[in-house]
Amino acid sequence: MKAAAFRYHRATSLDDALAVMADDDEEVRALAGGQSLVPLMAMRLSRPEVLVDLNGVDALAGVALDGGHLRIGAMTRQRDVERSPLVAEHLPLLRTAIGHIGHVTIRHRGTIGGSVAHADPAAELPAAVVALGAEMVLASTGGTRVVPAEEFFDSYLVTAVEPGELLVEVRFPLGAVPARHGMAEFTRRAGDFAVAGAIVLADVAADLTVRRARVVPMAVDPAPRRSARAEELLVGRALDDGVIREVAAAVAAGCGPVDDIHGSAAYRRDLVAEMTRRALARLRQGAGE
Amino acid sequence: MSGETAITVSATVNGRRQTFTCEARETLADALRRRCQVRGVHLGCEHGVCGACTIRFDGVTARSCLMFAPQADGAEIVTVEGLADGDELHPLQEAFSRHHALQCGFCTPGFLMVAQELLAEGGPLTEEVVREAISGNICRCTGYHNIVEAILAVADARSGEAEK
Ligand SMILES: Cc1cc2nc3c(=O)[nH]c(=O)nc-3n(C[C@H](O)[C@H](O)[C@H](O)COP(=O)(O)OP(=O)(O)OC[C@H]3O[C@@H](n4cnc5c(N)ncnc54)[C@H](O)[C@@H]3O)c2cc1C
Ligand code: FES
Ligand code: FES
Repeated sequence: MKAAAFRYHRATSLDDALAVMADDDEEVRALAGGQSLVPLMAMRLSRPEVLVDLNGVDALAGVALDGGHLRIGAMTRQRDVERSPLVAEHLPLLRTAIGHIGHVTIRHRGTIGGSVAHADPAAELPAAVVALGAEMVLASTGGTRVVPAEEFFDSYLVTAVEPGELLVEVRFPLGAVPARHGMAEFTRRAGDFAVAGAIVLADVAADLTVRRARVVPMAVDPAPRRSARAEELLVGRALDDGVIREVAAAVAAGCGPVDDIHGSAAYRRDLVAEMTRRALARLRQGAGE
Repeated sequence: MSGETAITVSATVNGRRQTFTCEARETLADALRRRCQVRGVHLGCEHGVCGACTIRFDGVTARSCLMFAPQADGAEIVTVEGLADGDELHPLQEAFSRHHALQCGFCTPGFLMVAQELLAEGGPLTEEVVREAISGNICRCTGYHNIVEAILAVADARSGEAEK
């Protein structure tokens, strides 16, 4: 299992990286943590001609509070996001979600930007950034643009990132989404990608009335998206077991899972209902995960 | 197609500066084995799922089959060969031997590197914590039980010493 030949470029700055990315005669790819790209190259499912290694671009890594946003550089390691006190304070869901990614050794090298740009529909971070209403900051030699998470993911491994562009930052607006979270996912073995999962955010009053809600099922659609029907069913109602069951059923009915080696579509539909139920029960307990 | 130009890489491997040339597409695992003669880096799956190739890269564990050799330029690398102090085995190596935590030994370097990092973090270790920490490493022989015992034994010995 050996990757096809490529030219290696260790970027020294963002401008340097973007200049090489702009070459449209060759297939150029960014190398972040390599935890998805290197296996794909080893299996020759991906054969870039040029690899731009972003690991030396320090300016792309870091977590910072900036007015109404928490800004996380694309090259920030998943493990550093998981351990960031700012993330623990403002975005506890991110910490819960990253805890489900592979193993510590994978998270040491894997980056937030790599996971988001890779856009595996079973991955935790793409679903989490949709739930959190994040904005993706994309840069190219032509300038920068901002794409909301809900418009970023097109389908399986396909995003709004255009050739020549890099994801440079994931920006989370604070206070724009409900604060409490619940998450549940089912995996065959610890650290595997989810067969199905669910992320919920909600503001819940003392009498359990739901004020705002965001529901994102995982691994049951070609790209992560909110379940509008589930959210409608929640808002204005008390989060009791009956409502939770109704919402779980709505998520299952509204998603489009496919058969694969990990499970049939029907099995995934059942599973996503149960994961939604668990995520909401955790949210109600204030447990997150 | 861009040609296969040789790249010169210079890294510290187990405390010694090593300079070698390689192709860009060579994995760090292959380069360590072939160019640096550290054959304790084992390759099981070559795509990131078994953990046998785990090394310490700039202070933290990493899978060396998921890195290309040129990425190691300037890096500080420790492999299983770097655990022992001369002829004296690392306490984890002693414990693996005493607790029969290996049979064929193919997976052992990866387990030792991950266990070493876990112990260095210094938190309290329970069986559950140890099992979670080694969950990314695959062993086809032992059934894991003795690996968990060996790691817990070292942790217990350490906390015993701390209480003295
Ligand atoms: C054993 C194992 C278990 C895993 N388990 C899980 C899991 O449970 N859940 C999960 O979500 N993931 C899992 N992963 C994948 C892991 O999270 C990866 O780290 C992640 O998918 C990709 O991030 P990376 O930084 O490694 O990116 P890379 O692998 O370097 O890149 C991935 C893709 O994104 C592109 N890219 C990277 N950065 C940028 C950027 N800044 N701008 C534009 N494009 C970019 C690359 O060109 C490439 O196409 C696992 C991986 C392994 C090896
Ligand atoms: S050989 Fe690297 S993880 Fe299996
Ligand atoms: S001892 Fe043989 S694979 Fe672990």
